[in-house]
Parts: sequence; structure tokens; C-alpha cells
Amino acid sequence: MTAPARDVGSRGVDSPGRAAVGARTLRTDRWWLPPAATTIGILIFLVYATVRAFQQQYFFADERYLTPFYSPCVSYGCASEPGSAHFGMFLPDHPLIPYAALSLPFLLLFRLTCYYYRKAYYRSFALAPAACAVPEPHATYHGETRFPLILQNSHRYFFYLAVVISVINTYDAIVAFRHPTDGFVVGVGNLVLLANVTLLWCYTLSCHSCRHVMGGRLTHFSKHPVRYRLWTWVSALNTRHATFAWITLGTLILTDLYVALVASGTITDLRLIG
Amino acid sequence: MSYTGQFRVWRGDADGGALADFRVEVNEGEVVLDVLHRLQATQAPDLAVRWNCKAGKCGSCSAEINGKPRLLCMTRMSVFEHDEVVTVTPMRTFPVIRDLVTDVSYNYTKAREIPSFTPPAGLAPGEYRMGQADVGRSQEFRKCIECFLCQDTCHVVRDHEENKESFAGPRFLMRIAELEMHPLDVADRVSAAQDEHGLGRCNITKCCTDVCPEGIKITDNALIPMKERVADRRYDPLVWLGRTISRRRD
Amino acid sequence: MTDTERHEYDVLVIGAGGAGLRAAIEAAEHGLRTAIVCKSLFGKAHTVMAEGGCAAAMGNVNENDSWQVHFRDTMRGGKFLNNWRMAELHAKEAPDRVWELETYGALFDRTKDGRISQRHFGGHSYARLAHVGDRTGLELIRTLQQRIVALQQEDYAETGDYEARLRVFAECTVTELLTEGGAIAGALGYWRESGRLLVFSAPAVVLATGGIGKSFQVTSNSWEYTGDGHALALRAGAELIDMEFVQFHPTGMVWPPSVKGILVTEGVRGDGGVLKNADGKRFMFDYVPAVFKGQYAESEEEADRWYADQENNRRTPDLLPRDEVARAINTEVKEGRGSPHGGVYLDIASRMKPEEIKRRLPSMYHQFKELADVDITAEPMEVGPTCHYVMGGIHVDPDTGQSRVPGLFAAGECAGGMHGSNRLGGNSLSDLLVFGRRAGLGAADYVAGLGRRPVVRDAEIDAAAEMTLAPFAPTAPGVASENPYTLHAELQRMMNDLVGIIRTEAEMAAALDRLGELRERLHDVVVEGHRQYNPGWHLALDLRNMLMVSEAVAASALMRTESRGGHTREDHPGLDPQWRHRVLRSRCPRGPGDDAVVPRVVVEPAERVPMREDLLALFDVAELEKYYTTPELAGHPAGHSAGSPQGGTA
Repeated sequence: MTAPARDVGSRGVDSPGRAAVGARTLRTDRWWLPPAATTIGILIFLVYATVRAFQQQYFFADERYLTPFYSPCVSYGCASEPGSAHFGMFLPDHPLIPYAALSLPFLLLFRLTCYYYRKAYYRSFALAPAACAVPEPHATYHGETRFPLILQNSHRYFFYLAVVISVINTYDAIVAFRHPTDGFVVGVGNLVLLANVTLLWCYTLSCHSCRHVMGGRLTHFSKHPVRYRLWTWVSALNTRHATFAWITLGTLILTDLYVALVASGTITDLRLIG
Repeated sequence: MSYTGQFRVWRGDADGGALADFRVEVNEGEVVLDVLHRLQATQAPDLAVRWNCKAGKCGSCSAEINGKPRLLCMTRMSVFEHDEVVTVTPMRTFPVIRDLVTDVSYNYTKAREIPSFTPPAGLAPGEYRMGQADVGRSQEFRKCIECFLCQDTCHVVRDHEENKESFAGPRFLMRIAELEMHPLDVADRVSAAQDEHGLGRCNITKCCTDVCPEGIKITDNALIPMKERVADRRYDPLVWLGRTISRRRD
Repeated sequence: MTDTERHEYDVLVIGAGGAGLRAAIEAAEHGLRTAIVCKSLFGKAHTVMAEGGCAAAMGNVNENDSWQVHFRDTMRGGKFLNNWRMAELHAKEAPDRVWELETYGALFDRTKDGRISQRHFGGHSYARLAHVGDRTGLELIRTLQQRIVALQQEDYAETGDYEARLRVFAECTVTELLTEGGAIAGALGYWRESGRLLVFSAPAVVLATGGIGKSFQVTSNSWEYTGDGHALALRAGAELIDMEFVQFHPTGMVWPPSVKGILVTEGVRGDGGVLKNADGKRFMFDYVPAVFKGQYAESEEEADRWYADQENNRRTPDLLPRDEVARAINTEVKEGRGSPHGGVYLDIASRMKPEEIKRRLPSMYHQFKELADVDITAEPMEVGPTCHYVMGGIHVDPDTGQSRVPGLFAAGECAGGMHGSNRLGGNSLSDLLVFGRRAGLGAADYVAGLGRRPVVRDAEIDAAAEMTLAPFAPTAPGVASENPYTLHAELQRMMNDLVGIIRTEAEMAAALDRLGELRERLHDVVVEGHRQYNPGWHLALDLRNMLMVSEAVAASALMRTESRGGHTREDHPGLDPQWRHRVLRSRCPRGPGDDAVVPRVVVEPAERVPMREDLLALFDVAELEKYYTTPELAGHPAGHSAGSPQGGTA
């Protein structure tokens, strides 16, 4: 048995002393598929969201539907769609400032620091690692021990903000049921907004930081029955956190698209009640 | 029922080695370890394999099958096609001793570095009272059979030998979580988890959870909650800001 | 042998299962320099396989429980053959040993009021088994392992060296004990990793090597169970007792063939699972033996009511002691009422909700799903008897664990006497803790009281080393070499067929002949390759021990002409009170011209020590009459045949 040649500077699975297998990985399955799919999925969302965030039109339908990408609408530009600004207008109207500049960066940061998305982009974008037992390309690795990745530890604060923004989204979805002239109405768009906000809550509340805050930090559950109950619920949701992360990317796009299509007059919203 | 399976088994030691090809009988219901035992009995009597209970309870027979970290005794042959070549190598994160046996002393070294269970003062044996709800989380972690597959698959040490010094690995970060969640333990390991045992190196990519033969949710239930506990203590931006300002003033 | 690695310790513990670790903890806590030698990695010993629980009369679930009830159950389970002093110590001390584990960090399942929960098991009058789901053994070994680490950390804090006082020699096998003037001086072993030999000098050795199951084909035991401690003790001059008693656990997996024998915990039955034959009949009601008549439910309705109301109903006969259930299953299969793969059905699916099964029996669910592709929440398991435990073992003093050989101690499965002819489930883990601690204590006291330490002599090291390396020597010209794997497979098949659950004189005699042949062939075993991690070599060395122990089992089984517990003679089917008070002792006389590789074992009967009167008085005399001869009961306070006061069983 002859040993395959090994560089002096060999690292990782080729480190001196480890079994000289030769191949970097012996995985025979399509291990590259999940990271590739993740990359494509995230890119699609980013491109769509960027385009829409800066488009500054078709964000509010006459049916009082406000897309989540423009909520809360606080730019002076929101005046172009009367009724869209539920919380006043105070940001300058500038092509490089999204109308929802107060929420979008924090929502982005909430997802950027989310424990699930971290896994997803560390695997797909950073290839650290692309798949289990597949060597990563980096010569050194420090993980989340230094700047900037040490900032991932601030996730819980973005969670708090995300809760506030989810409340605003909920408000948007509820006020949409109240038509200025027709009173209480239910259109397909109302259901779309409602489904979207429900799933957003599922994603937000299933967050690992939420689980920690609700009760995970406790050592004696039996002394805190209410928080234990909350922790149990959030834990159940938490097992589906990744699923909600993907579902909400999809529903955000679909909800926004629906509002944009209605707002632009491309399609007509179907009124179900009222 | 029986067929001739094709196996490639890594043979060698720390000085080098190679995959050796074997054709060997495979019977219904067998696991990879059965086939390796047949190789020992019929073709390669000195093939080194570490195993013990052959029931998935002791965690001795860890290796890599078709590149994936797995227990040899819990990998059924029925998951492979009859004409599929099954490649078996030792775990690739630890130094090899011979054939499929690796030197896993890294793990025992790390185990010693975690401060042990520290009972509360003044509580006599027999007086311990803990609710089932309080012990449930730590009990999940105590299902660990110490097969070290999570340690093997973790890229922090698998791909970076130099991190072994500063990183305890998922198994022992989970041990810290287990003790921190123990209702009666009185020691504090939160800061040490970050500073001495390398919790910050974990990038929660979940390979440890994926390979765990006991199905322990290592990442979600142990590592992330520990990161949150560290964040409680260390990365609260408000506390950090306060500390930075006071440092400036000094 | 000048370059052999040498180590000096006060106490050498051989075996790192529950008993060995508990002994080492005790010795180390008494300030002795202690070495633990384990054949596998640290924390992998067979104790991890224990599932159901650890019996201790803590009374957490039923406060009527007490050491007396536990003692009675243990003696009954062992058919009154147990060393009563061991059974007494065991019943009295088990609760303290379990509580002590909590101070080491163990996390048992809890009762509603926060105490340790206890579950039902075969032969135990009350819910008595402290448990963690169905992985109690893992909890036990991990706890003790972590306690060892904690002690090492204390030493590190004090001396800067983790191994200053307590060291684990992992993947290291002892092949011979070394003596001087009949007293223990040390041991010789080899590192699996390198194949290098090493010599220990130690005045006290605690054997805690476990059982002998790897001599049988269908077994729940791991590869380590090759009877090393039994054989080492025999060769060092100690005696074994009760070797004819081998427990066949009634429920091992039977399909697929590669997992045949893997244990299905008794907890399945303790939690409500029932045995059924191919006709769907709960056959155990037909197999309640005379000695247990009246103690078990007589109808399915009563048995089912018992799970909810144990005060007013008798327990299901599915929970009879293991020997009874194993024989019953054997009979059902033999008479054609078995399952397709030669077992019977163990049904929990129809008796409990799927989520509840998964919560209570997670590793059973996992084991069947992964290994047999059977979903136990939806369909019954197929089970059959599997070699599980040897009641026999090294004859030791109950209080100190010391054998006949000064300085040689034993605890756990490799020690004999505690369980009589049949061990109750759950009594093994408690046995490990109680007698592991006592052996560690015994060794510590022995070393403290020792004037001069016996010295390891070079000649003995050389002889032991030569024996250890012998399998590498080529055979004489013209003699074909033997393959150790082939020999092992033949031994296992032979023991299974001839010395299994049901035995006859002719089979036992044939077994002894076959063992003679195998002994000869072992001389011609030649292993290929070199000394570094060579499994063929390891097996060749283990075979020496397996052959000696197998001879002790077969010869003892041939001599005992009755059926009792883990020894069933088809030609002598009944209990014989004249055999109750006799014990069979195996020893190794080592005369000139003896086979050095596998020395001959001789078996001789001897009298047992009669039970202390206050303990005897714990039993109803009517019950004792089923087992004892009349003169033996003269000391019972109720006298002989004086009615039948309630014995206090539930």
C-alpha cells in the first residue's frame, strides 16, 4: 500500500496523521443540490425585494391593501397613494430611500442574523461547509468569534423590532378590511394579507431568540408554569423555523406581487363580502 | 436473498493507506458491520474495526460510509443498490490508528476540560427533588452515546486541525448545555463556553444534528440556547456600550 | 521483557462497566492510586446495554416497599439459591447507591412530586426500578464515567496532572494475573492500539469484567463478554460458583438474522406489553409454575386491571421471572405456536397509544425501526430467548468482595452468588453499584492493612508474555493452522445447541467432548498480520478464556441433576430440595502436564451456608417448604408446617 502524496501544507481531512483517503469527499449523493437551491432561492428574493423596495409605485391598492414591502409607509412619497401612510410621513422622498426605510433594514437584519438563515447562507454562500463532510475551501476559520460575525449575537434585538413590525403589518391587514366607502369588506387581497401576516408571525415567534426569551433561559420550568407553557409552544413552532423562513419568503413575494398587480390595475381584486 | 456486494474499505495506518476492493456475500437484513465481520472471518482477518454492542447503543463503530459519518452497526445494507460500491473509511477528523480505527483521544481530553456537575451545598443524597419538566432538556442530551460522529463531521475541526486546541466540539458544548440546564447544578460555565470551549466558532450549520444517531437536536436544543445564554451575558449591546464608554473614561 | 511498559498502582480495576467504575471511585476516594483497565473505549462497557432500570426499594412509587420485600423478591427469583448475605446487603444498600448517583449528576425520570420514578419489572412486588426511559444503563455508566472525570479534575487542581491518582487505560486487555506466594502482585496486558505489552504492579486487583455471553451464538452481549474475569480468576487460583446458571432473557430480537439476540427490554412488558403466540393467545397464563401459584393474575381481565390498581389485583404472568418466561416461549415455539421466524409476539401496539410508546420506549422504537423495519407502535415485535447473563461467577466474600486469592476482588456480573439460579431484571445495575463500591472498599482496606506488597517476578512476566504472543507463532511443520473466527463460530454454535436453555446429560457430555477438541485446535491458531490493532489476535486470546468458562458451565450443568432458574434439565425437570443447599464450585487445579493455554477446570459440590434465622423468618414457612428440606426449616420461628401467615407480598 502506497500513500498518496501529501503536501507539507496539507490541512483539514488531509492533515498529517489522518487517514490518507485521497478524495476530498467520498459522498456519492448530490450534496451540492441543497446549497445550490438555497443560493438561487435567496438571490431570487433579494433581486425581487430590491427592485420593489426602490420602485416606489404600485404599493397601495385602492382596496386599501398596503404591501408589506412598504409598511409602515413613512416617506413623504407615500402621499402619492393617499391612505397608505398609517403612521405619518417624515422621511424625505428620495429615489434611494425606500418608503419603508424605517422597517426594511431591520427586517433584513432580523433575517440576516436569524439562526436558520445563518446556517443557510454559511452553507450556500460561504461554503463553510457546503454540505456535511464536504471540505470547505477556507484556509482558516474563526466562526462567529470576531467582527463582523460576532454581531450575529445581536439577533434578539432585531427579534424585538421584528415583533413591532409584525404588529404594524397586522394593523395593515386589519385596517384593510375597512373600506373608506364600503365599510367592512372581504376581498381576496384581504385574505392574502391576512395569510401573509399570519405566516410572518409564525416565522417571527418561532425564532430561537424568542424561544430563549419566553422560557429557554430558565433552569426551573416547574417554578414558572406560564413561561414553561409559552416555551413549549414556541419550541413546537421552532422545529419548523426553517420551513417558515422559506414559506414567508414566498408569501412576501406573492403578497407584494398581488398588491402590485391590483394596484397597477393588471388584475382586479375579487370582492367576497361587502 | 443473498448477493455479492462490492466494498471498498480503507486500509492503512498513520503512514499511509489506500482503499482496498472486496467482493463479499451480503444477506438479507444485514448491516455494514456484519459485512465487515464477514470480511474479517473470510478475507482480511486483521482488518481493524472498532465495535462493541452492535445494537446502536455504545457508539463504538463510528466510521464513514460513502463519505457520510455513520455507525457501521446502524447502516442497513438495504439502503444500497445491489450493484452499488459501498466505500467505508475511518472517521477523517481524528488521527488514524489502523484501518477503520481512529484515535479519538481528542474527545476524552475535551471531556476533562468541562467543569463537572456541581451539586448544591447542604443537599443530602435522597433529598434531590426535580420535576420531570426540569430534567427533560438535559435528559435529551444525556441520550448521547458518545459515538463522536458530531465531532467528526463538524467542519470547525474537520477542516481546521488548528482549531482542535480551542474548540470542544458539539458533543462537549452540548455537555455544557446539559449542565447549565441541570436544575440543581450550581456552577457557571457560560463565559467559559465562549472563551475556553469555542462556542463562538460554531456556525450552527447543523451537521452535528444531521449525523446524530440518537436524533438529538444538538444545534437547536443545546448550541443555540447556549449561544443565547452567552448573548444574555456578553453581547447585550446596551451592556457592551456601557462597558465601552466606561473603558474610554478610564 | 526488559522493555515492557511498567505501571505501579495500589488498586488495579479490570473492567470499566458499572461495577468497575464504582469500585474505582471508592478506591480513589480512599486516597489510593487506582488504575482502570478497559477492553473498549472508556464509557462503552456492556453496562450501556442495560435498559429497564436499577432496582432499589426507595418506595417512591409504592411506599409499602422496603428492603425486606426486595430481599424476598430477590431470593424467590433466584429460587433460594442466592447468597443470602449478598441479597441482604444488596436490598439494604441499593437505595443509597441510587441516590448517590444523583449527587454525581444522574438524571432519572421523576415522579410528580419530584422524586425518582420507579417502574414495574418481572419478579418485583412493587414498582421498584429507577430508570431513564429505556436507556438506564447508559445513564449509569455515563454518570460514573463523569464522576471519574470529576475526581481527575480534583487531582488536576491539586497536582496539575489529571492522572496523578486515577488513570483509565482504555483499549487495554489484561491477559494474565500475576501472583506471588498465592497473593495478587499485578497483571500483564496489552494495548490494542499498538499491541505492546504492559505490566501492572498492584497488590489489589478488582475484577469487574462482566459476563460470558460471547460463548453463545444468540446473545444480547457485546464482544467484550468473553468471561475474561472468570478465567483470570480461575488461573490465579480463585473459585467460581453456580456456573451452570445462565440466564436466557425471554425477549431478544429474532429477525433479521444479523440482529438475532439483541435485547428487547423487559420494560416493554413492565409498561403493558403482552406476549402472544401465533394464535393470538396470551399464553403466559398457562405457565405459572407451582411455586408462584396464587401470586399472579389468573385472567386477562385481572391482569389488565393490575396496571391501574395494584392493591386489589395480581400482576400479569407476563412479568414472571425471566427463566419462567424464557422456558414458556421455548415451549410455545417447540410446540408449533411460534411466529414465522421462530419466536413469539410481544404486543404493545394494541395496548398503548403510539406517542406514549415512543415516549416510554424510545430506544426500542428506534431499534426495531432501524434494524428490523418494524414499527412497534403499529405491529407486534417478534421475540425469543437470548443468552443474557451468567448468574455464576467468582466466589467472593459478600461484605468485601474478596475471593479466595488474597488481593483478588470481584464485583458485578463476574462475581457469583448474589442472584442464585436466576437474576431478576433490574437487580443487575443495583448489584454493580452495591458490590462495586464494596469491592473498592474491600480493596482499599486490604491495601491499607498490607505489611509487605507482593512483588511481580520477571519469570512470571516472561511466561505470561509468551502466552500472550503465542498466537503469532507458526504451527509445527505439516500442521494446518486454525482460524480464530472459525473456532469462535463453532464454539458459539456448540454452546447454543448443547448448553442452551434446555439441557440433557448426553448433550452436556457431548459439549465437554467438543470443548476438548476445540481446546486442542486452539493450539494451532495462527493469526495473520502484526500486533497493531489486530482483531484476529485479540479473538485468539479471548478464546482461551471462553473455552475455560464454557467448560465450567458445561461441567457444572452436567453435575446438577435438577431444573432450577437458569438451568433446565430435560432429564431432571423438577426442583430438588437436596440440590438447593449444594453449590457447585469450579476451580483450576493446575497440575504438572496441564494444558498451559487452556488449563482444565474441575467442578466439585459443596454445602451452602444456611440463611441467618432473622432473614429466614421474613418468609412464610409454607413458601419455604416448596424449596427447602424439612430439617433445614427447624430454625424458622413459625416452626415447620405452622399454617401460612401472609408473607407480605403484594
